[in-house]
Amino acid sequence: MSNEEPTTEARTSAPDRSSATTSVDAGEETSDRAAEPDRTIVEARNIDVWYDEDQALRDVSMEVPEKKVTAMIGPSGCGKSTFLRCINRMNDLVDAARVEGELLLGSKNVYDADVDPIALRRRVGIVFQKPNPFPKSIYDNVAYGLEIQDVEGGHDAIVERSLERAALWEEVEDRLEESGLELSGGQQQRLCIARAIATDPEVLLMDEPASALDPIATNQIEDLIEDLAEEYTVIIVTHNMQQAARISDKTAVFLTGGELVEFDDTRQVFESPQSQRVEDYITGKFG
Amino acid sequence: MSTDDLANELTRRTENAPQELLTRAFFFFCAVLSIVTTVAIIVLLTTEAAKFFSLTASLLGVEGQTVSLVDFFTGTTWQTSTGEYGVLPLVAGTLMVVIGSAIIALPLGVGTAIYLSEYASPRLRSKLKPALEILAGIPTVVYGFFALIYITPALGTVLPDIAFFNMASAAIVVGIMIIPMVASISEDAMSAVPDELREAGYGLGATKFDVSAGVVVPAAASGIFSSFILALSRAIGETMAVTIAAGSQARFLNPIDPTAYLEGAMPMTAAMIQLLTGDITGGGLAYRSLFAIGLTLFAITLLMNVISDLVAARYREEYE
Repeated sequence: MSNEEPTTEARTSAPDRSSATTSVDAGEETSDRAAEPDRTIVEARNIDVWYDEDQALRDVSMEVPEKKVTAMIGPSGCGKSTFLRCINRMNDLVDAARVEGELLLGSKNVYDADVDPIALRRRVGIVFQKPNPFPKSIYDNVAYGLEIQDVEGGHDAIVERSLERAALWEEVEDRLEESGLELSGGQQQRLCIARAIATDPEVLLMDEPASALDPIATNQIEDLIEDLAEEYTVIIVTHNMQQAARISDKTAVFLTGGELVEFDDTRQVFESPQSQRVEDYITGKFG
Repeated sequence: MSTDDLANELTRRTENAPQELLTRAFFFFCAVLSIVTTVAIIVLLTTEAAKFFSLTASLLGVEGQTVSLVDFFTGTTWQTSTGEYGVLPLVAGTLMVVIGSAIIALPLGVGTAIYLSEYASPRLRSKLKPALEILAGIPTVVYGFFALIYITPALGTVLPDIAFFNMASAAIVVGIMIIPMVASISEDAMSAVPDELREAGYGLGATKFDVSAGVVVPAAASGIFSSFILALSRAIGETMAVTIAAGSQARFLNPIDPTAYLEGAMPMTAAMIQLLTGDITGGGLAYRSLFAIGLTLFAITLLMNVISDLVAARYREEYE
């Protein structure tokens, strides 16, 4: 398959958005959010990524709408996590990684020479696959981002609000001084979400945030992600197609070789995918 | 396979076959040998030291000259020729080596570890770490010689009052000697900190320094502390370098007075060397004082190891 096809599809999806959303049933739970006009917050233009000689992403272009949940699905090694880590330049930490193309946050290309990746990461939060609280108190975990950014004044109010928004406050309000490692896996992941949103980022990246959790904790995280989309742009990588279908407004399907094969409204992608390869993947024929 | 054959096979005694028992006995012997040796040394050290002190000697019914426990542990003069066996000047000398070497080795060692673990490229680290370990392999007599020939004259250009044999050069050279130990063990502890924690820090917009000092070092604190204790135990037990550099005059100096480091003194290990190389007669008081110092040294290092284990157990962070 040529490299042209996926990007054409991804690009054409943006103008199609209004017609796609009107076709959604009135009872659909995403319809209330879909009614507002979308503003693009993250835009990838022809992104290629190499790890040494191996190309991990091929000519990926997509526009991520603001205050929506955008899911990225695809088989292992399809480059979906790589793409996520391009957005906050976490790939910079991998010596072998090389990124070409433009990635705009708002109107600024984050790969411009004058962009400070540290400043970028302060505006783009990330939650990882395995819960990774610091071996510090629950309070200090949430306040960490504020500490390193030298946010003035007391952090109590922000810590409380962040834990509330991460649906963890009621479970931890009496034990803020306990180590974050004392919490259960699901609580740890919500602590990590609270930590990521404490500094009020523009975009929240999530790299398979529920894949290490049990079904109940997974449910809580999914509910939380839908709530967070009221205030934040959430971009989530998941290998779980049902999860993508449940929680996302837009879905990007990456397939082996690092191609973005389809990017459209979630309902559209799952109910009538444009590409045969995507249909095969979604129906379980491959991947 | 018939059921009888199967029954026979299942009841074969492989687990307790003769060669199994024999190899087990051999490995047991290996394990026990070192324990027996250690216990034998402790018993010898204790019984000989017991003959030195008045209280225990009378309990054992040993004849001969003795020194009271109080005189030994509170006496401020160590002069075997006049029968003055106050261990404080020697303890002070050892303490000066520990304090001085800690000032040198702890910051430099941890700094080296942070550089190796967090800043150096894998290629550079693969060269620097073996180099560091070579430094740890230099014979201590070379370090002592180095202190006397190079460090003391170098210090003399800044501090003209410094004595030829002095505590400063002894402490500095022991500090240099234990840097690799602090660096190597601390680096191991920092490398064991999971990358997920670093990613969490970087993902929040932390700088390299934020992550090193605020995430990695606290997460590796118990390992870093262990490196301090092990390195300082080594400083306490260090003999050759301090014997050469610090001299052999048992002055009672104040370890927290910086000017005291310009003078020479005699740490506990150096005193033992002096006793061993002098003409001490077997069974005499000076001979037995050797064991008393040895036992005191052993007690100090044992105490430090116990503290180290307690701290490590208390503060160790468990990662999956």
